[in-house]
Amino acid sequence: MTLAGFGGPDVARRLPCPALPVAALAFSVLLASGAAAQTLIPPAPASGLTWSDAPNDAGRSVFLTWRASPDDSSSPARVTGYYIERAETPGGPWALVDSTSRGVTTKEDPTVRRDTDYFYRIAAYGPGGRTEALSITGPVRATSQWMNQTRWSVLVFMVVFFGFVLYYMASAQSGRKPFVRRIAGIDAIEEAIGRATELGRPVLYVPGIQDIDQMETVAGLVILENVAKMTARYETPVRVPVSYPIPFTIAEEMVKSGYLHAGKPDQYDPSSVTFISPEQFAFVAAITGIILRDRPGAHIFMGSFYAESLLLAETGFSTGAIQVAGTAQVAQLPFFVVACDYTLIGEELYAASAYLSGEPKLVGGLKGADMLKVCIIAAILIGCVLETLNIHGFTAWMNTQ
Amino acid sequence: MKREVPLFITAAIGLFMILSFFVPHQVVSVPSDFLQQTAVILVAFGYVLGGANVLKINFDGIYKRKPGWAYKLVLVISLLVTVIVGLAEGRTWQDPHSMSIWIYDHLYAPMNATMFSLLAFFIASAAFRAFRIRTFEAGLLAAAALIVMLGRVPVGDLLTSWLPHGLQLGTIQQWIMDNPQNAAKRAIIMGAAMGVMATGLRVILGIERSYLSGED
Amino acid sequence: MLAWLQKVDRRWIFLWMGLLVLEPLLFPVGFPIRVTRPAQMFADAVASIPDGSTVLMSCDYDPASRPELVPMHKTALRQLWDKHCKVVVTCLWPGGSGIVDETIREVHDEPAYRNLKYGVDWVNLGYKAGNEAVMVLMGQGVAGAFPVDYYNHSTSDYQALPIMRNVRDYSSFPMLVNISAGYPGTKEWVQQVNSRFHLPMVSGCTAVSTPEYYPYLQAGQLRGLLGGMAGAAEYELARKEKLGPATRGMDAQSLAHLFVALCIVLGNIVQRRRTPGSGA
Repeated sequence: MTLAGFGGPDVARRLPCPALPVAALAFSVLLASGAAAQTLIPPAPASGLTWSDAPNDAGRSVFLTWRASPDDSSSPARVTGYYIERAETPGGPWALVDSTSRGVTTKEDPTVRRDTDYFYRIAAYGPGGRTEALSITGPVRATSQWMNQTRWSVLVFMVVFFGFVLYYMASAQSGRKPFVRRIAGIDAIEEAIGRATELGRPVLYVPGIQDIDQMETVAGLVILENVAKMTARYETPVRVPVSYPIPFTIAEEMVKSGYLHAGKPDQYDPSSVTFISPEQFAFVAAITGIILRDRPGAHIFMGSFYAESLLLAETGFSTGAIQVAGTAQVAQLPFFVVACDYTLIGEELYAASAYLSGEPKLVGGLKGADMLKVCIIAAILIGCVLETLNIHGFTAWMNTQ
Repeated sequence: MKREVPLFITAAIGLFMILSFFVPHQVVSVPSDFLQQTAVILVAFGYVLGGANVLKINFDGIYKRKPGWAYKLVLVISLLVTVIVGLAEGRTWQDPHSMSIWIYDHLYAPMNATMFSLLAFFIASAAFRAFRIRTFEAGLLAAAALIVMLGRVPVGDLLTSWLPHGLQLGTIQQWIMDNPQNAAKRAIIMGAAMGVMATGLRVILGIERSYLSGED
Repeated sequence: MLAWLQKVDRRWIFLWMGLLVLEPLLFPVGFPIRVTRPAQMFADAVASIPDGSTVLMSCDYDPASRPELVPMHKTALRQLWDKHCKVVVTCLWPGGSGIVDETIREVHDEPAYRNLKYGVDWVNLGYKAGNEAVMVLMGQGVAGAFPVDYYNHSTSDYQALPIMRNVRDYSSFPMLVNISAGYPGTKEWVQQVNSRFHLPMVSGCTAVSTPEYYPYLQAGQLRGLLGGMAGAAEYELARKEKLGPATRGMDAQSLAHLFVALCIVLGNIVQRRRTPGSGA
């Protein structure tokens, strides 16, 4: 309806002034209500809901995919998002499981029970209301898988590794002990204990600052048994401050075992192993106190260390003790290298127990680990060549989830 | 039996946990989740053992007036006060004016920060005393250390701002971090990871059994 | 002079270090800072998070790392809140939950964020023991891993904590922002969460840990990396925050680094010029 319907400009001149704005107002209200009426229309339904069982899990989730509502990208927006509803029978009752925003047409439902049939439906919703999909999808069932298909590469390498280690262990036990190069840091442990004995001072041994779930702590405790054997032989006291309770109980057993194997069980002092604190700086404060008061002649730091490494090593240096350290914490290695007399780097820490005991089985295990390194180097080179040639299958196979 | 039973338990659970990495099925994953939660609980109970040991060793030192017994007294009093305050306040410990928060803000946090700050001083003294360039490799290490240390802070760019961008300390530092440092770090991490596997295998198979003590 | 240096008591070195750190804190120098690529990547990655998302922020540090990590924690929180993102905060360090809460509260007390509501715009789930086990448990359900928050509200109580209504597991978050001082921290999050659940992540860590995470940055497992106070200062500059705490600390750090470099050089000169028989 236009002003011309009222007679055009003549009307504007003839009618009193308020009539024109009143007409304009009526017209704009009409337009607005028309626009409102448009946004209040519910969106067109989504469709094509399909499902797939989530792979490599214990039947805990399913993936859902659907086609977006034709109004998904309309402007003004008629779709705000999608509701995902689920029921155990086609007739309901339906429960809201999840929702997505518009434009999203896939969702994982991780709340299903395994081996249970479900039915799903998708509803598009927006300012004008919601619209159910025209059909429901089901029965949907999540099942468990027996093997994570993305981890075959790890399994292969693990089997190869175990095979190498067991083969070389058996080979070493049958008399063919492999050659292992000398590591100065490991040889220095006995030298350090000897020096402490000459000075008439105890040996300080710190098996790291982490709990037993860290392999470095296990390695540190295993080396402790060998060190305790040596200190028993030399009749030198050993002090072992420990940061966590479970390594503390194991350290007690290790020291006892060392004295037993050295044939001197009566010399074992139960108070030589002490629990300090899992709190990092409380632990290091206690150890620096031991270093400055008791003045051990040798300090052996074997295990997992963090920021306290330099505090320990530098304080230890100030007392003139000989220091041997070993850690796989890469960030701390420079501090130990600078402040200690000898440092075992990374893998050498794990190899130390084999070196110190000389047991054929353990030495054979070292060779097995080395052979796996050869395989990994080969895999890296092969992977680089294949990627350069745009062949991605090998890398994809190595990718795990 | 005293040694065989623990060895069997170690081997069985160790192999089972390895299996759980490959088998998502609930027959394996449900017990594996349970074992992981059990480990957390066991560790928590271990603190009781540890606490008892702290009190035993320090009470003994105080009673016998061993050297430094006064410090042991301070330790025991601090431990007992913190535990008693925490137990007394219960779930209200997070209130801003609680005693626990006071202990945290005025004792724990400053002491923690102070100990960490010592590193700055110790690094300087270690650098002066111990960083000796005796070989070519040590020289390379020193050069890399100087470049990275100065390149990481604004003064490095200031000292070399007159040079072309590619020769400025910041740029060279970034190249060192992205390339040789990265490669060496990867190699050490991989080697250490294999050491972890080898040690784990020895413990699981009972080859490493010294933690059980007693005769072999 | 050389003879004195050969026998110098290390407490002189400590004294000089102390003075060089203190002086620029009292009388700022204002060395210019340049934003490096890893820090810019961090800022860009956080900027790419869709506005209004719910983001996971794991703050794994304690008071010892306050100078390095609290500034970057605050700047990251400001960037997320400027984008109207909701933040779910966790802590895996037992000594850290107090300082983490205090840091969040300090940012909340700033005028720009005072109208934000706890439980709606952010939630602090507090500390949980278990290290990697907690990370894996969160993959099965965040509320299951953290049944109560730092203030003892049930995480299933959507009236008290409306933010938790949309939080299920890692799929509820577009990104993990990790502030880490060591173990457990960035490496464990990459190994347990990024590689298993493919949750994109960025990390801010102490300077000593930074080299260890460069392989992850290069491989794309980390979308950005802030290294120590220098990284925090660069982040403040990228976000155009004037004279933030990290920026102010860079003068002191610059002089400290210069001093350590000088110690290395001097130490070697002294060692080379040592006369025979003057002792080790």
